[in-house]
Amino acid sequence: MTTAASNPEIGRESSTEKEKWLRAYRQMVRIRLFEEQVNELYTRALMPGLAHLYSGQEAVAVGICEALRRDDYITSTHRGHGHCLAKGASPDRMFAELLGKEAGYCRGKGGSMHIADPATGNLGANAIVGGSVGIATGAAFASKRLKNGRVAICFFGEGALGQGSLYEVMNLAELWKLPVIYVCENNLYNEYTHFSETTAGTILGRALAFGMEAVAIDGQDVRRVHDVAARLVERARAGNGPAFLQADTYRYSGHHVGDINREYYRSRQEEQFWKKERDPIQLHANWLIAQGHADSAALEKMTVEARTEIEGAVKFAVAAPYPSVDHVDEDVYA
Amino acid sequence: MPETATPERELTFAQAVREALAEELRRDECVCIFGEDVAEAGTPFKVLSGLVEEFGSDRVIDTPISEAGFTGIGVGAAMTGLRPVVDIMFGDFLTLTMDQMVNQAAKAHYMSGGHWKVPMVMRTTLGATRRSAAQHSQSLHAWFSHVPGLKVVLPSTPYDAKGLLKTAVRDDNPVVFFEDKMMYKLKGPVPQEDYTIPFGVADVKRAGSDITLVATSSMVQVALGAAVLLEKEGISAEVVDPRTTWPLDEKTIVDSVKKTSRAIVLDEGYGRYGATAEIAAVIAEGAFYDLDAPVKRMGAMHVPIPFSPPLEDVTVPTDEGVVAAAREMCRK
Repeated sequence: MTTAASNPEIGRESSTEKEKWLRAYRQMVRIRLFEEQVNELYTRALMPGLAHLYSGQEAVAVGICEALRRDDYITSTHRGHGHCLAKGASPDRMFAELLGKEAGYCRGKGGSMHIADPATGNLGANAIVGGSVGIATGAAFASKRLKNGRVAICFFGEGALGQGSLYEVMNLAELWKLPVIYVCENNLYNEYTHFSETTAGTILGRALAFGMEAVAIDGQDVRRVHDVAARLVERARAGNGPAFLQADTYRYSGHHVGDINREYYRSRQEEQFWKKERDPIQLHANWLIAQGHADSAALEKMTVEARTEIEGAVKFAVAAPYPSVDHVDEDVYA
Repeated sequence: MPETATPERELTFAQAVREALAEELRRDECVCIFGEDVAEAGTPFKVLSGLVEEFGSDRVIDTPISEAGFTGIGVGAAMTGLRPVVDIMFGDFLTLTMDQMVNQAAKAHYMSGGHWKVPMVMRTTLGATRRSAAQHSQSLHAWFSHVPGLKVVLPSTPYDAKGLLKTAVRDDNPVVFFEDKMMYKLKGPVPQEDYTIPFGVADVKRAGSDITLVATSSMVQVALGAAVLLEKEGISAEVVDPRTTWPLDEKTIVDSVKKTSRAIVLDEGYGRYGATAEIAAVIAEGAFYDLDAPVKRMGAMHVPIPFSPPLEDVTVPTDEGVVAAAREMCRK
């Protein structure tokens, strides 16, 4: 079996702890800035359709994807920009897809909720809540059959806990010891409803019922997410079966960009608490500085560089041409 | 048909399906089968008997009773290197797979801009008159024919079953393959050799000049039976079997109707908004000025399939019903 250490494509094993955590910081900042630009594009009516922002949840995608090989698989959700970037997608082609341009990852046919990229193992974001649980489990099934050592990460929100197909595939994954990690990002809200109103029992109890390895973590702590994910991923890669990871986190924005008046389902005080006290980027910055891995000037420099990259990507996408309408019926069939 | 002069061999429809799968499992390591009771049980219809013994339980795999779950696994496995053949025991259970088929399998290629492919076959059954009542008797192929991204196959003979199934396994798209469970014991010639039948090519099962009977799956046998009875009355019926409802061979259907100037469309799905409606529309668009009578549609009656035998029998088109309709249409 191939291991991460023997895969020259990764090279992450050789990086120092300091480099690893600085990269995690940069990745989270890139996602935050990406989503700020999405908000801007949407608000300026440059972006068609719907936009579901990942801001606030960056430590989950980054902590997990930093534990993966490039050829490992992920499936993502309607709130998927963070997963996509963390797995290695390029912001320019992502923005192009968000704007429906030919240069986009899906040639403009997928949009924000369907970005897919075989080069980074991204099987696709999915606009059906829980819609990709079968795909992720199937990818793990194929990995096991083909003995290619790949692991599949199935990202979903706590809203997907209401979908029966999740439990069908979790049962199968545990029975067949498939290399899949079910990552439940509990951002507290199923769209506009607090999860406590929709979720009986406990979240972890669902996985434990199948005899599945299950862990709950603070999803705002990128180092904790990464360490646990790395253990579960290597465990799955070694053939020891699936796992369930509950990451408690928070969605800073509304369900979608237009969800402005949120007082009927959550308070401003609650939002402020998470943004001021529990921000994953700030928490990690504090730690990097305390450890002596960086000073605030170095972190600011990284942010400026990321901003330049993201703004350049937006410019690229805005200037990029739309697909020719002649392409509308291409790729219906392979 | 192959040119080699092997003696004509007969297989049942079920044996033809099994032979196609066995050959594909032998040909390509990436092919695997999963579903409920597909391994040692060989399905309740015994269509897959013997496959697990030859190919092992890594490739012929029993699943829990979780149609949505294992269909989704089929989609993901197909995207990542395997060629799964997913078994849905009764076509009625397709309802449980609909999100996976309609929103995932059918769209993954298009939504990804052509990057991901889903080379998966879903095998399932259709057909009433088995006294199985409303939840084990439906013919739901029209639903899948409606969705861009899916292909839908309806074999009506052992020969077609083998050739079409091998094409399905080798296709890079999700294919839904419907087998009439009342037809599993039907015998017919099936070459031992490897052969495939392309999708979107109709087969004229019987040539005729007075009326065209376009029929799918189980209704092909009904149409052929009716054609024999009509011949005795001096009416020459041509039987056209599209074999796939998508892609649909519109040309062969329209050409036949242009020749005969009359058409009855037969399909065991519900008549309302069904495959018969689509094919009748194709005929109306392509052969309207050649028609001597309105196109007649005959499908399953618009009721949930009843259990009681005398009730069930009147819900499905019969030879006699087709004869009566054809006689009426051919009377000047």
